[in-house]
Amino acid sequence: MELNMTETTQSKMEWRTKKAVKPKSEKIIEFIIKAGGLSSIVLIGAILFFILKESLPFLIGAFDFKEFFFSPEWYPASVVKIRYGILALLVGTVLVTVISMLIAVPLGLACAFYISEFCSPNLREVYKILIEFLAAIPSVVWGFIAIMMINPMIINLFNEPIGLNILNASLILALMSLPLIVSVGEDALRAVPETYREAAEAMGATKWEVATRVLLPAAKNGLMAAALLGVGRALGETMAVLMATGHSIQIPNSIFEPGRTLTATIAAELGESPKGGEHYQALFAIGLVLFILSFMVNLTADYLIRGRKK
Amino acid sequence: MKALWIVALLIFGCSKNDKILLVQNKGSDTLVNLAQAWAEEYKKVKPDIAIAVSGGGSGTGIAALINGTVDIANSSRAMKDEEKDEAKKNNGKEIKEFIVGMDALAVFVHPKNPVTGLTIEEVACIYGEGGTCTKWSDIRGIVVPGCKDNKIIRVSRQSNSGTYQYFREAILGKKRDLKLGSMDLNGSRESIDLVEKTPCAVGYSGMGYLNKHVRAVCISKTEGAPCIQPTLKTAIDKSYPISRELYMYTSGEPSEAVKNYMEWTQSEGARDITIKAGYVPAPKGN
Repeated sequence: MELNMTETTQSKMEWRTKKAVKPKSEKIIEFIIKAGGLSSIVLIGAILFFILKESLPFLIGAFDFKEFFFSPEWYPASVVKIRYGILALLVGTVLVTVISMLIAVPLGLACAFYISEFCSPNLREVYKILIEFLAAIPSVVWGFIAIMMINPMIINLFNEPIGLNILNASLILALMSLPLIVSVGEDALRAVPETYREAAEAMGATKWEVATRVLLPAAKNGLMAAALLGVGRALGETMAVLMATGHSIQIPNSIFEPGRTLTATIAAELGESPKGGEHYQALFAIGLVLFILSFMVNLTADYLIRGRKK
Repeated sequence: MKALWIVALLIFGCSKNDKILLVQNKGSDTLVNLAQAWAEEYKKVKPDIAIAVSGGGSGTGIAALINGTVDIANSSRAMKDEEKDEAKKNNGKEIKEFIVGMDALAVFVHPKNPVTGLTIEEVACIYGEGGTCTKWSDIRGIVVPGCKDNKIIRVSRQSNSGTYQYFREAILGKKRDLKLGSMDLNGSRESIDLVEKTPCAVGYSGMGYLNKHVRAVCISKTEGAPCIQPTLKTAIDKSYPISRELYMYTSGEPSEAVKNYMEWTQSEGARDITIKAGYVPAPKGN
């Protein structure tokens, strides 16, 4: 037995050493791929380092944990007392992200199912092009749609004083993250082997049953990834939400009230805050909060997907 | 960077005279349209000098001047003493100030809004921290058709725009903040667009941005004082209460080319452009 074992390991090792002798070109390619893989880690590290470096003087100086996280008063240019409270911005970001996903995820996944499973191949191509076109609209244009079209629509439809609010921003964000959710979701469904469908249909399952009982469980991880990519998109979107939320510092009492998000605050104020000043550093501290927030979303996603695989 | 090189190549490559002097001009978004118009006209006057204009806000322009990356900074507010000191520390040169024009800050509402005039005090009641005017009915019982609950929707600007800071000082003085909860848009254009579509809204911006879809209200200094509409005339004679100077700053004594340009901006031709762009030419002899 023992002899046998060593023999096999030996032969394995030989096989390995044989494989290690590779032509030069392959080595170079391997190096490039490795560098590509490493670069993403280095980049993330560099981003974190940069954000930390810029926000550190604020974090050890004017930063007041209680004020920063629990005060809704963001007053960086106050002439009375400068205050850096991000509660209102944090609530705005979370609200807009959650509500937009409540709209976009079901819609996007349904659309992915339709395109992948229910519509004819010709129509599929048309839909895919149309949806990709939706992704090509710049976010400033979405912002103008929010102000010029959705704003008066909400005012008239719901008889509200203002149409730039959480609802408006959620609608715009939902539309903006739809293409991503649909195309990633569709890819996930396409990746399910054809034999699954054939087997199910052979058992007499209807198309609906194939979709819900076979494809849904089989493509679950991919579909979840699609949804979470949508969350990331919504969390990070800047220009459109800046215009659609109304960019107003307050904790909204309903979806019809304006709000403000973390990203939009950075976008609107960073350009005009003097470099290295306290306000500039505070904006980087917001960047740090956003970084941690999206990191947590990704971690949860990873955990969920792994948990299901077990 | 590459794009810059290409642009530079195009500029240098195409001109017969290969000694074009590039003057960098950056800053206020309020001034950017005017500065652009001037730069274009100046190309005809002096083809060997190219003025490159970009916006970004008063703060951005001033910061760039302090860092020494621009020749002229545009600003819709006066440069603060600390900023001047910092620039001197950085470059060892005194900042030179030019008043290039005037701008009346218009307060405007939706055309359906029946309000015709506001006092400074009423504007402060709407915008100021601690101000109690949250409904249009709080102001002489105004009722705005199409506006639910008569609620006042305040449209404002991001807190470090020159327009915001001038508005705050002109309405509230140096010791009071604007109320939180306003819609802080990042451009005069957007402010106008929003008010145009929102019956409840009130906003402010430089007079040059006004269009026929919103209505500027007249402003009176105190109750009973004459209510003045923001126009070219009232801004020049300073009877309109919230008008401001527009500045250009250079670091140290400007170079010959910059100096000529600054002088030219006060010529008759340049003043016509100023008026056409919706601003008010600077008072003569400063």
